[in-house]
Amino acid sequence: MTAPIKFYQTGTFTVGNRLLSPEQRSVQSSLERSNSLNSGHRACQGCGEALGARYAVDAAMRATKGQLIAANATGCLEVFSTPYPETSWQLPWIHSLFGNAAAVGTGISAAMKVKGRSDVRVIAQGGDGGTTDIGFGCLSGMFERNDDVLYICYDNEAYMNTGVQRSSATPPAARTATTMAVGADPGAQFGQGKNVPLIAMAHEIPYVATATVADLRDLEAKVERAMGMHGARYLHILVPCPLGWGAASQDTIKLARLARETGLFPVFEAERGEVTAVTKIRHRVPVEEYLRPQKRFAHIFGSKGHPQMLERIQAQADRNIRRFGLLEDDQ
Amino acid sequence: MHKQIEGSRAVAEAVALCRPEVICAYPISPQTHIVEGLGELVKGGELTRCEFINVESEFAAMSVAIGASAAGARSYTATASQGLLFMVEAIYNASGLGLPIVMTVANRAIGAPINIWNDHSDSMSQRDCGWIQLFAESNQEALDLHIQAFKLGEELSMPVMVCMDGFILTHAYERVDMPAQAEVDAFLPAYEPRQVLDPADPVSIGAMVGPEAFMEVRYLAHAKQTMALERIPQIAAEFEQRFGRKSGGLVRTYRCEDAETIVVALGSVLGTLKDTVDELRNDGHRIGVLGIQSFRPFPLAAVRAALQGAKRVVVLEKSFSVGLGGVVSTDVRVALSGLHLHGYTVVAGLGGRAITKDSLARTLHEAMADKLQPLTFMDLDWRIVNRQLEREAATRRSGPIAENLLRDVGTVASKVH
Repeated sequence: MTAPIKFYQTGTFTVGNRLLSPEQRSVQSSLERSNSLNSGHRACQGCGEALGARYAVDAAMRATKGQLIAANATGCLEVFSTPYPETSWQLPWIHSLFGNAAAVGTGISAAMKVKGRSDVRVIAQGGDGGTTDIGFGCLSGMFERNDDVLYICYDNEAYMNTGVQRSSATPPAARTATTMAVGADPGAQFGQGKNVPLIAMAHEIPYVATATVADLRDLEAKVERAMGMHGARYLHILVPCPLGWGAASQDTIKLARLARETGLFPVFEAERGEVTAVTKIRHRVPVEEYLRPQKRFAHIFGSKGHPQMLERIQAQADRNIRRFGLLEDDQ
Repeated sequence: MHKQIEGSRAVAEAVALCRPEVICAYPISPQTHIVEGLGELVKGGELTRCEFINVESEFAAMSVAIGASAAGARSYTATASQGLLFMVEAIYNASGLGLPIVMTVANRAIGAPINIWNDHSDSMSQRDCGWIQLFAESNQEALDLHIQAFKLGEELSMPVMVCMDGFILTHAYERVDMPAQAEVDAFLPAYEPRQVLDPADPVSIGAMVGPEAFMEVRYLAHAKQTMALERIPQIAAEFEQRFGRKSGGLVRTYRCEDAETIVVALGSVLGTLKDTVDELRNDGHRIGVLGIQSFRPFPLAAVRAALQGAKRVVVLEKSFSVGLGGVVSTDVRVALSGLHLHGYTVVAGLGGRAITKDSLARTLHEAMADKLQPLTFMDLDWRIVNRQLEREAATRRSGPIAENLLRDVGTVASKVH
């Protein structure tokens, strides 16, 4: 019986899985998927991190034929997946501390090396707080030594587990519990924060990539590519958080897509410090379309709004588009 | 085989004999020579099947050890002072997870003011962290305790700190008896983890535990330390049988029979103390020494048994609980609960101030005459302390304390009274 061809996501540029050759199909479409982050965990509706982790870890499991160990930072992913005595993890998994997932990954990797288990591979994962702030020293150390670990950062742009506080990945103007939408200059400061994918590239590690939960096949392919390499690798995934962003649960994937299409979140790959591929934007989307559905940016709009903030954010998106050559017609 | 080597080198060679699989190295005085020695042994090919990792901080050192230990590798690191404090979160994590990491602490003061010299403030600050803490009296004992520590820690799935006095032991060249590899192999079996990250049998380690079981998990750590109270003397006895010398154990008495006064101490100061006590004995004083080798678990019963026949107890300690007094003496007091004897706390040797026989003899004479203050700071320079207090009373902006005191001392050199 021939299956009818379907375009699953009408109005997008994503083709249906069944149009692809079997080896190109999504890990999640396979009956053999490992369900590494199994159902029953306690993430919120529409959680981008749960979605991203499920795809990323299953893809890593397939790439390593199930010979995978994960180290996890403290944070939403850890809390919602392992409330004692339950666990959603179907692979060997350890949570140690908030700021040391990369170093724990290094330790596991060293143990596997000394035991001659070159088949067993290691991922370390955390949110943006655990990665770009408190875990940054350990992360940079792991990069610098080129330890054989894939570090995955699920970036939802604030400390969501503790109740939405600002991290160094929080974008300018965003309201958080520690950058309130009050005063003359509401929300997070402009000119602060750090771009960890670029900092990872500065370590000249074998592989750095960014991805979003809007392009899950792209995410899987990047994980697969990373697991095909050795040494320190870094994958930074934008994972919208309905709770923290003040967005509708059903808009998680839409917002992730808009983050990329506006240019605010460039999706690219880099090897040994040089960009090797970027995901192009077919139509430049104004940042307003991305910002408006999120309550964390509500103070920008309306009669008492801050149009100059909108301009500054648009300028950031434009700069990303120039810097990474994101527009298709720029070629 | 007998060797005349530095204490740090002796520890490095002893750790290497234990066949560690992952070693995390970060420099901090006075520990650094130990990891340097191990790095040389790994790089030179003498210690094989071992990953030597130069980490970026002590926090990372303990974290890498946690990952390696959870993945089933025998893991080791060494630190001191600020380094120990920098890894505190991971220290508690290692014991909470029940990972038998062995760590040398080359005991050193904690700043501010920054000070690289020996006292016990660092490891005493981690008294309650759940690690077993063993104190070495000599370089030979430091060497031997590491071999015992891996055995003890791995049997109980608990991490062990081997504490040795910074510089006094780590940098002293002494003759040590270095065991042969075959002897250590026969004493120390391969590490068999109770829990391990293994794709063939996936487990989740480090789950969140709420009020329903947290107390039980913590109690189990205490239960294991209670087991260690039994195992530590047994392992010391096994060690003595195989290697022919006494090392470790819970406590050791020296000339305590018929003693009216017993001085309690830990670490290398026991040597000076025994010499002082010998001289006091020659003068007819009934005085002895109780050395504590196991500070955690604290051997309450053994300490009580050793001290209960005395009239007075002097706890000589290189640590200080600001606002209270002694750290060790608080524990000794628990051991002596209900007994009627005079108790004195002598805080001495902080920040590397030399503990001399003269000062000890003078202090102990005062104790034996029951003229000692309950809390005494041996060889404290009251002149500069009082001058600073007067300065602070006289003017609001009295300036930085340490700098004022150094100016009053008139020299930056360490002062020995």
